[in-house]
Amino acid sequence: MSEIIKRSKAMSVSPLKASSPTGAALAFLGIHHAIPMLHGSQGCTAFAKVYFVRHFREPIPLQTTAMDQASSVMGADDNVIQGLATICAKQKPAMIGLPTTGLSETQGTDITRLVKDFYRQYPEYAHVAVIPVNTPDFTGCLETGYALAVKGMFEALVPEDRTRVGLRPRQINVVPHASLTPGDTEALKELIEAFGLRPVMVPDVGDSLDGHLMPEDYTPLTLGGTPVSEFATLGEAAATIVIGRSLDAAADVLAERTGVPDHRFDHLMGLDANDRLIGVLAEVSGHPVPERIERQRAQYQDALVDCHFMLGMARVAIAADPDLLLGMSQFLKSVGSEIVAAIAPVRAPSLDDVPADKVHIGDLEDLEIAGREGQCQLVIGNSHAVSSAERLGVPILRIGFPQYDLVGGYTRTWIGYRGSRQALFDLANLLLEHHEEHHLIAPYRSIFRPAEAFAELGTAATAPTAGGLPLH
Amino acid sequence: MKPSEVAVLLDEPACTHNKKAKSGCSKPTPGASAGGCAFDGAQIALLPIADVAHIVHGPIACAGSSWDNRGTRSTGPTLYRIGMTTDLTEQDVIMGRSEKRLFHSIKQAIETHNPKAVFVYNTCVPALVGDDIDAVCKAATERWGTPVVPVDSAGFYGTKNLGNRIAGEAMVKYVAGTAEPLPPPAAAIEYAEKRGIKIHNVNLIGEYNIAGEFWFIAPLLDELGIRVICTLSGDGRFHEVQSMHRAEVNMMVCSKAMLNVARKLEDRFGTPWFEGSFYGITDTTQALRDFARLIGDPDLTERTEALIAREEAKIFAALKPWRARLEGKRVLLNTGGVKSWSIVSALQDLGLVVVATATKKSTEEDKARIRELMGPEAKMVEDGSPRALLNMVKELRADILIAGGRNLYTALKARLPFLDINQEREFGYAGYTGMLELVKQLALTLESPVWTQARSAAPWAALRPAAPELPLDADDLPMPLDDGFDMDDVHDHHHAAA
Repeated sequence: MSEIIKRSKAMSVSPLKASSPTGAALAFLGIHHAIPMLHGSQGCTAFAKVYFVRHFREPIPLQTTAMDQASSVMGADDNVIQGLATICAKQKPAMIGLPTTGLSETQGTDITRLVKDFYRQYPEYAHVAVIPVNTPDFTGCLETGYALAVKGMFEALVPEDRTRVGLRPRQINVVPHASLTPGDTEALKELIEAFGLRPVMVPDVGDSLDGHLMPEDYTPLTLGGTPVSEFATLGEAAATIVIGRSLDAAADVLAERTGVPDHRFDHLMGLDANDRLIGVLAEVSGHPVPERIERQRAQYQDALVDCHFMLGMARVAIAADPDLLLGMSQFLKSVGSEIVAAIAPVRAPSLDDVPADKVHIGDLEDLEIAGREGQCQLVIGNSHAVSSAERLGVPILRIGFPQYDLVGGYTRTWIGYRGSRQALFDLANLLLEHHEEHHLIAPYRSIFRPAEAFAELGTAATAPTAGGLPLH
Repeated sequence: MKPSEVAVLLDEPACTHNKKAKSGCSKPTPGASAGGCAFDGAQIALLPIADVAHIVHGPIACAGSSWDNRGTRSTGPTLYRIGMTTDLTEQDVIMGRSEKRLFHSIKQAIETHNPKAVFVYNTCVPALVGDDIDAVCKAATERWGTPVVPVDSAGFYGTKNLGNRIAGEAMVKYVAGTAEPLPPPAAAIEYAEKRGIKIHNVNLIGEYNIAGEFWFIAPLLDELGIRVICTLSGDGRFHEVQSMHRAEVNMMVCSKAMLNVARKLEDRFGTPWFEGSFYGITDTTQALRDFARLIGDPDLTERTEALIAREEAKIFAALKPWRARLEGKRVLLNTGGVKSWSIVSALQDLGLVVVATATKKSTEEDKARIRELMGPEAKMVEDGSPRALLNMVKELRADILIAGGRNLYTALKARLPFLDINQEREFGYAGYTGMLELVKQLALTLESPVWTQARSAAPWAALRPAAPELPLDADDLPMPLDDGFDMDDVHDHHHAAA
């Protein structure tokens, strides 16, 4: 168990943390025909929107209750009701996610009551799922807000009925944590489908925020994502797979309401996690493990062995949200790397098992300091960490949010035997490319050697003569 | 090259086992051979000379897959890393245009890179069609004024070891003794004078500066006032090869393949020489003592002993925590030949147990030396096939296989920790300091968590009836484990079957 070092400085420098309402919005964006509306000032939404637009390179439907000075002081309940009504009237969504923000929480909003008020005032919108969630910025991070939103959706939309387990024997519910990418969720669905099972991913950010060129030129709502109607089927599935400790509370709600047995994973990187996953899928489906998955496993083992020369004893600094930090650090540990710096934006249960002596709750400045102290050879973090890596003079592997300087970074696959294998290769290659600075013996110029020996060869035509060469 | 010339090269009087019935290399068996050719050996031996344009005269196969494939490093020019070949075409061969192409290639190399010299490596096709590369080189030298040295090393002349010797021969014949050494920099002279040190000149033959490992040794020699006139060929320069006749002592660095160079330098210039190695604490110390002994300067001897005492104390202290981790680990060594001795010594310095070594390429003398080092119980593996070695690993409960890079994948496929001691490796192990890198790399692979994972069967596999284990035979693995691309080949002394 790692020692958790709490934040000890006044100021956060080069923050690693993204806000909890941003994370909640992300979860809602994974639902079909949904739109999140942040209860706060316009800026709360605008920043979150830009954050996701730059990361996913997609238009992001996101609305705001647009609290202004008057409503902030006098009460913003009307903003919420009016905002919900406007969206329902204009955009006809299937779901509106309603995360609060630091502003509205400080003001003291009772967001759950407001939703009830809204339904009372507008019974014609009873079919629209409005999911309130308390996500003040001053608590938690992106991962926290996402998990709270998932929990909120389960509480609101999953019927309490434990009698229907397995009525859909081929259905398997999947609840992925915030940092799984569209590539990850797609790969996971493919794996599940390979066993003849039907995955229902809740939420399905991969389906909604990746790869849409739509026939209409504009849509104010999400395309793709989990249909709201699926929430009613979750209780009929044969099993649920939950990835990420941040989702424990949400998973508890789902399990309690439905009685569907769940299988919880911290992450899906590396051999152990994937062996367990495949075992679960084989068991639930009664389907033999497809040959190509066996093949992928063997390929992963082969890559492990090939890459251990570069990754063994490699000193790595990682900054990420807790679930991703845990997954990535355990994965690296499994090839023999050392985690010399582990930084998370907030305290979370995942941090207890990060295989590092210490985990700092902090920012990218802390990453830089701990990375320098630990003489790290590689930084793993988001696009903001690129300059940290530059200052440390080491390569970077981009993970998590946001990745604004890398096309397709958001959609890369990290999970499964295959994704893990590619991650091994990329990590090993980064170290190989920078081998020069970190492993190579420094050239030593003997004091007895004349300067001529060290000179690069000029291209000037001062051709040396053959001298006394007894040639031929 | 005429068969008679090849025979002369194969006869190396300086070699103690020159007349032995069992020689180092057996005649290659078609269909069951591994290893490089004479061209390969010649190129390996000379390529590290950094300020020379190395032109491979032949069709693409010779240079195409071998250029820039070495771990050798330079403190200055990097011209040696640029692959140059005449890349002969069918038309060149049929129409007899290859000599012309070579001539123009030399011109191009000189004009583009202004090299200190050009080495032309002859290969099978031009040798077979009868290109007169000596004449082309001579004409080119006269035309452009840059020395152009022919290295007649067609692959079919023989083994890689012969190639090493051909390369050495070319250096002795055409280059050594053609220029005087430049004076050492004023600062170095001042350094020596201040301390009342006499500067002594030496050569290192067969040191390749793999991964820059010689830079672990060079500072020690500097400190002692031992000036390396020429390293043949790691981080070498053409001018340094030209002036190598001015050394007082030559060291053959764990190598006998270029013994002809040492012997001929002795014949021509009277330079005494000794064999030594910079691998391991024991051997490094021995090499430093041998320099002092042959140079015969009592002051140098005294300072050498002081330096040895200091460096040994330092490295033993640094190795202590590592020794605890590695002590007793069992090693199967597959290097063959001379190099295995020095590696054995290095491993023993670290407390590892060498359980067996492959001796397929070893001579009787090699084996005697191995027995001396490892004790009479020393297990020697004659059959270098992958199956035999892997069986040996199992039987002797070896923890790690140490071998050349091409064996890497055999070891890895057998899910066995592995250490590469080949020339392509990226880590330097020479000298006292190199031992630290060696222990680190040993621990890295021995203690890696990947092995349990790589050995683990899929958990769901238990649910199915296990497939019967098929007996493996030697042919199952297509590549013989006996690796032809080892530095051993540069280092080994082999004779063709007499």
